[in-house]
Amino acid sequence: MIHSLFLINCSGDIFLEKHWKSVVSQSVCDYFFEAQEKAADVENVPPVISTPHHYLISIYRDKLFFVSVIQTEVPPLFVIEFLHRVADTFQDYFGECSEAAIKDNVVIVYELLEEMLDNGFPLATESNILKELIKPPTILRSVVNSITGSSNVGDTLPTGQLSNIPWRRAGVKYTNNEAYFDVVEEIDAIIDKSGSTVFAEIQGVIDACIKLSGMPDLSLSFMNPRLLDDVSFHPCIRFKRWESERVLSFIPPDGNFRLISYRVSSQNLVAIPVYVKHSISFKENSSCGRFDITIGPKQNMGKTIEAITVTVHMPKVVLNMNLTPTQGSYTFDPVTKVLTWDVGKITPQKLPSLKGLVNLQSGAPKPEENPSLNIQFKIQQLAISGLKVNRLDMYGEKYKPFKGVKYVTKAGKFQVRT
Amino acid sequence: MSSNSFAYNEQSGGGEATELGQEATSTISPSGAFGLFSSDMKKNEDLKQMLESNKDSAKLDAMKRIVGMIAKGKNASELFPAVVKNVASKNIEIKKLVYVYLVRYAEEQQDLALLSISTFQRALKVNGRDPNQLIRASALRVLSSIRVPIIVPIMMLAIKEASADLSPYVRKNAAHAIQKLYSLDPEQKEMLIEIIEKLLKDKSTLVAGSVVMAFEEVCPDRIDLIHKNYRKLCNLLVDVEEWGQVVIIHMLTRYARTQFVSPWKEGDGLEDNEKDFYDSDEEQKEKADKRKRPYTMDPDHRLLIRNTKPLLQSRNAAVVMAVAQLYWHIAPKSEAGIISKSLVRLLRSNREVQYIVLQNIATMSIQRKGMFEPYLKSFYVRSTDPTMIKILKLEILTNLANEANISTLLREFQTYVKSQDKQFAAATIQTIGRCATSITEVSDTCLNGLVCLLSNRDEIVVAESVVVIKKLLQMQPIQHGEIIKHMAKLLDSITVPVARASILWLIGENCERVPKIAPDVLRKTAKSFTSEDDLVKLQILNLGAKLYLTNSKQTKLLTQYILNLGKYDQNYDIRDRTRFIRQLIVPNEKSGALSKYAKKIFLAQKPAPLLESPFKDRDHFQLGTLSHTLNTKATGYLELSNWPEVAPDPSVRNVEVIELAKEWTPAGKAKKENPDEKFYSESEEEEDSSESSSDSESASGSESGEDEEEDHSGDSGEDSGESGSESEAGKGRAAKHAKARGKGDSKDVDKEKENSKSSESSSGESSSIEESSSDSESESESESESESRTITKAKEKKTKQDRNPLTKDVSLLDLDDFNPVSSPVVLPTPALSPSLIADLEGLNLSATSSVISVSTPVFVPGKTHVLLHRMSGKGLAAHYFFPRQPCIFGDKMVSVQITLNNTTDQKIENIHVGGKKLPMGMQMHVFNPIESLEPAGSITVSVGIDFCDSTQTASFQLCTKDDCFSVNIQPPVGELLLPVAMSEKDFKKEQGMLSGMNETSTTIIAAPQNFASSVILQKVVNVANVGVVPSGQDNVHRFAAKTVHSGSLMLVTVELKEGSTAQLIINTEKTVIGSVLLRELKPVLSQG
Repeated sequence: MIHSLFLINCSGDIFLEKHWKSVVSQSVCDYFFEAQEKAADVENVPPVISTPHHYLISIYRDKLFFVSVIQTEVPPLFVIEFLHRVADTFQDYFGECSEAAIKDNVVIVYELLEEMLDNGFPLATESNILKELIKPPTILRSVVNSITGSSNVGDTLPTGQLSNIPWRRAGVKYTNNEAYFDVVEEIDAIIDKSGSTVFAEIQGVIDACIKLSGMPDLSLSFMNPRLLDDVSFHPCIRFKRWESERVLSFIPPDGNFRLISYRVSSQNLVAIPVYVKHSISFKENSSCGRFDITIGPKQNMGKTIEAITVTVHMPKVVLNMNLTPTQGSYTFDPVTKVLTWDVGKITPQKLPSLKGLVNLQSGAPKPEENPSLNIQFKIQQLAISGLKVNRLDMYGEKYKPFKGVKYVTKAGKFQVRT
Repeated sequence: MSSNSFAYNEQSGGGEATELGQEATSTISPSGAFGLFSSDMKKNEDLKQMLESNKDSAKLDAMKRIVGMIAKGKNASELFPAVVKNVASKNIEIKKLVYVYLVRYAEEQQDLALLSISTFQRALKVNGRDPNQLIRASALRVLSSIRVPIIVPIMMLAIKEASADLSPYVRKNAAHAIQKLYSLDPEQKEMLIEIIEKLLKDKSTLVAGSVVMAFEEVCPDRIDLIHKNYRKLCNLLVDVEEWGQVVIIHMLTRYARTQFVSPWKEGDGLEDNEKDFYDSDEEQKEKADKRKRPYTMDPDHRLLIRNTKPLLQSRNAAVVMAVAQLYWHIAPKSEAGIISKSLVRLLRSNREVQYIVLQNIATMSIQRKGMFEPYLKSFYVRSTDPTMIKILKLEILTNLANEANISTLLREFQTYVKSQDKQFAAATIQTIGRCATSITEVSDTCLNGLVCLLSNRDEIVVAESVVVIKKLLQMQPIQHGEIIKHMAKLLDSITVPVARASILWLIGENCERVPKIAPDVLRKTAKSFTSEDDLVKLQILNLGAKLYLTNSKQTKLLTQYILNLGKYDQNYDIRDRTRFIRQLIVPNEKSGALSKYAKKIFLAQKPAPLLESPFKDRDHFQLGTLSHTLNTKATGYLELSNWPEVAPDPSVRNVEVIELAKEWTPAGKAKKENPDEKFYSESEEEEDSSESSSDSESASGSESGEDEEEDHSGDSGEDSGESGSESEAGKGRAAKHAKARGKGDSKDVDKEKENSKSSESSSGESSSIEESSSDSESESESESESESRTITKAKEKKTKQDRNPLTKDVSLLDLDDFNPVSSPVVLPTPALSPSLIADLEGLNLSATSSVISVSTPVFVPGKTHVLLHRMSGKGLAAHYFFPRQPCIFGDKMVSVQITLNNTTDQKIENIHVGGKKLPMGMQMHVFNPIESLEPAGSITVSVGIDFCDSTQTASFQLCTKDDCFSVNIQPPVGELLLPVAMSEKDFKKEQGMLSGMNETSTTIIAAPQNFASSVILQKVVNVANVGVVPSGQDNVHRFAAKTVHSGSLMLVTVELKEGSTAQLIINTEKTVIGSVLLRELKPVLSQG
């Protein structure tokens, strides 16, 4: 399936190559570079490129291109999903998925790639299994290894690989047994010029951090499971139990993982926690325009809205902006034409606003469309859909774990058209 | 073969020589870089030294640097000899890195690579087989990755061996190796297919995905290999790892399209393209149709559709897409709707996934609008989306447009048209054009909107509008003089060639409708002719020609002027066109017959262009494939065949009865065989759930459990002294090992292969069957979830009866016999008459030759024990009983059924197991808390307890909402066993090995009537859960079992002597249990 993998950085250097079948020359990447040039923007490089002898399927992650070489028919999502899993694994191992990190750990990277794929077919992709086979680098371990000559490589088959719960390793032991769940909901919305909602929905995830000894069997139930319209599960969750009882029952992997992601049923009206008043205008035949936006709280359920940031992609003709914020700070990058306003918290007494002048390129026609505003915010201790965890029970182990649930609501793709 | 390899050797030698030559030249030529190069050279020298050193750390360091070089794509091939030496290193990390190196360069240095082969062979050989499955697997992996044609036979041998390995992990690697060998030497296909066939039968979820992958690559056309495994694959699917799921689902889609008849009603395909207001009708009609027509879906077809549904919830986008395409291609159209929700969910993912998913949705939405209409807004475009995503979303929005939503959509489009992303804006304009043609109600609105856009400041937008308007006007024969006039005016300002050309073409086409403007336009363009783009020039020529024919008075001179200009143009297309037009329209003596028809030629009615989606015909590629994405057939693409008119024989998927008999235990198997699937479709779903739950519920899932068990039985067979010598991979050990396992390893490998089907108990055979039996055990585990369901029980009984009519009356009798004590305990297995079972077992044993496999309990005593008396339990009474079923919670656990009764007149709430006080090593899997128990209600729950093969008491607390009661379960020794089916011969062999201190015996004295064989049988199986071994002698009764925890054999022999005595012998290495069992059996047997 997957023949070879090339890692390419932003400036177009191939800094790592790995072949699982016979060697494919680097020159195959020329087709990729060609497509990249044509696309102008990294975001627009087509994920699937056809070349005379091969097919290239690539992903763009953290300023790196993962380009895989395919020779025969394969579901493209299969490859894409796998490449993302590779990137996730690097992230997991090295804390970041960057060129520097990969270059520093090239041997581990190679060992990982060797384990993850055999003859182009995924072999071990669960992080818990990989960590037993190849231990992640730590400063302490590298010191110890260099003295004792012991290795990073496990020499027995991880128990998980053979069991039906490959995501959990055996013999987990903690002195403090803890299970934390973060319910994170994101509001995706498009608000039109007049402030009415064109489209809004809530997407949520439950991320778990489980540090429990032994083989705990957890079940998590909700007060209002009916809210969840569409759910995707970590493989550990017993599907039938969910179908029949709407309870999440599972033996968790060790460490951090995403338990479920869900969409809240579209029948529910989505509360939009902020509103934006805006007036952006460009004068005809003059080299300036006015820019004025104000943000205020709307249905915020009595919680404070924090960490607000407004990002605006200004039209190309904008040269510079002279603005004064009543709160927070702003930056304008004249090259990318991106205006970022870091607002912070909203205090209802004094609504934050950003006003000022826009300098346009003289002589150029005025932009016909006002830019849309992308808004980020965060509300602690609130799941905007109203989803509530009812209880968490543990079976199979005797100790009493410490349990915790945290709710956060964030803006997802939240866009205000002006 | 040998000559072949010789030839190859020579070839490769030659290749190497040239390579060396090249290297040499490159050394000499760049004199400037010499210094640099020499340092490089030195570096390699120093790497070589490090590799030769004695210290592992230096070697490791060197290897790490070399791997770094490989990763960067630098050539490290000259180090080959130095590296290969380390292939046998004890240090596992060095070894692994050497493997990496080998795989990379072996192809280039074939001769040297051969040096390393023996190392892998050693690890793989039967005799010296490395005890570590990871090492075995990785040795196979590297061996098969070395692409050296000479070793093909060695690889073949290794794969064959590995495919019969006990470890499923090794077998998985064998499946991968098949593909590697096939790509290296396609001539081996036939042999490889045999191995694939064998591995397809494997029941391990670990192997399934990989072997199907191999199947797809090597012999995708051998669909016949799938028949027998079809149901198994469907049932395993949920538990297969995610990558395997994708491959299996794609394969099964193809399979289903060849084996089942179409679930779509006839003529559906035609209706597809129709407007969607038919959709709701269509569904109703479909239902009505179903009632009318006798189409019934093949139960196997249904099985596939049902078993893939949960996978729509997978976190892996590829799995979701695979299920979606399966539903699209093989599910009834009314059911395919459920996939849209999941596909829309994937749109939250990263841009690459979005791209592929949107493409597939685009294809689907053309055919079945209704599916995605509820999600219309999810396809609204955000300004931050990448352009390619925007355009795909637009495509889908267009496909979904209908009378009801068009006004909303047009409003949305208005925003898009103004977008800063001009490519996207242009695409939007085209979209508006398409909407205008497909929905006639809004075509005027669209046209007006487009005309407004003509005054847009952005040229690209205007140009695109012109082009679209041109197409729209062409389609509508109605007069649009005003618009044409407006466009003619635009000609002064617009510069984009396509747009200018479009305007000119429009004017030419409608020149009679705008008689005043057309000649004027021609005049203007004649002036600018020389500076126009080629595209525009051609249209000027066309316009001239058309005007010449309709209005020659005004334009004759102008046209001739233009023709003269064109005659000397630089572009030969234009010169050609000029010449052609001149000949046609300007009358002269040479002009032929054609010029008479010039008017017809130029002013013919042109067919209107069809504005349609680029995704229109993509449906002929299977969705979700690379070919679909590229819209061309990719290499290795497997066509999805059309539904057959008549379904091929469905019975090919039936698993044969003989095979059934062989795997005696699995009740699930028998169930599946039942043709009356619909009836218990529910229970089968249940089975799914229990399967998945049992999988995850215990740490030692059936896979690992089985494996360990195997190891155990192997190890425990050895003397304790021998186990120490395990590290020495000597032949002596291997031989002992083999003996302990009851294997004929001493046999030649080849011979073994030949004999693999022979009736002799050869090693491969016995081990593989042992495995399959324990697999099937796990399958039957899943059954026990539904234990408490009478229906299931009845069903099982029925199937068993079906299988053997003899059983019928006997089993009924038996049922009456042991009517369960008061409580409604439901016995999971029908209690067959022991003698009959013995008969049956004898039967199937003769069919399958040898073996030790776990079988169903011969007899399940209905005796219950009191766990909690109702007086001490404040009204809560609990009884337990041993169902003698393999435990669903873990292989080492004994399953215990607890029946709880509420004797109070109030609800008892939240019954659960509280604190457990278990002796060391003991484990217990508790039941899920019971929320409430109605007065006089009773409920039966299962727990699993691993007693560690001891009769120690398991104490725990049974708690209700208010109280806690301490209770104990002490297992009778007979319940710590699992019955084993084996032949008399095997029994004797095993017994022979368990002599000496492993044997306990006693003499029994009893009345002769107690020594009737049926009585003995009854008594023994009542006390202990043992299997009956068919006996050739009348006076000897043999029983076999293994302990639940460690899997040690427990052999019971009752030998009748002269007079009224009998000898009771128990052979087991668990001597304590053996003697306890002896003590328990003795009084029972001697009693009257």
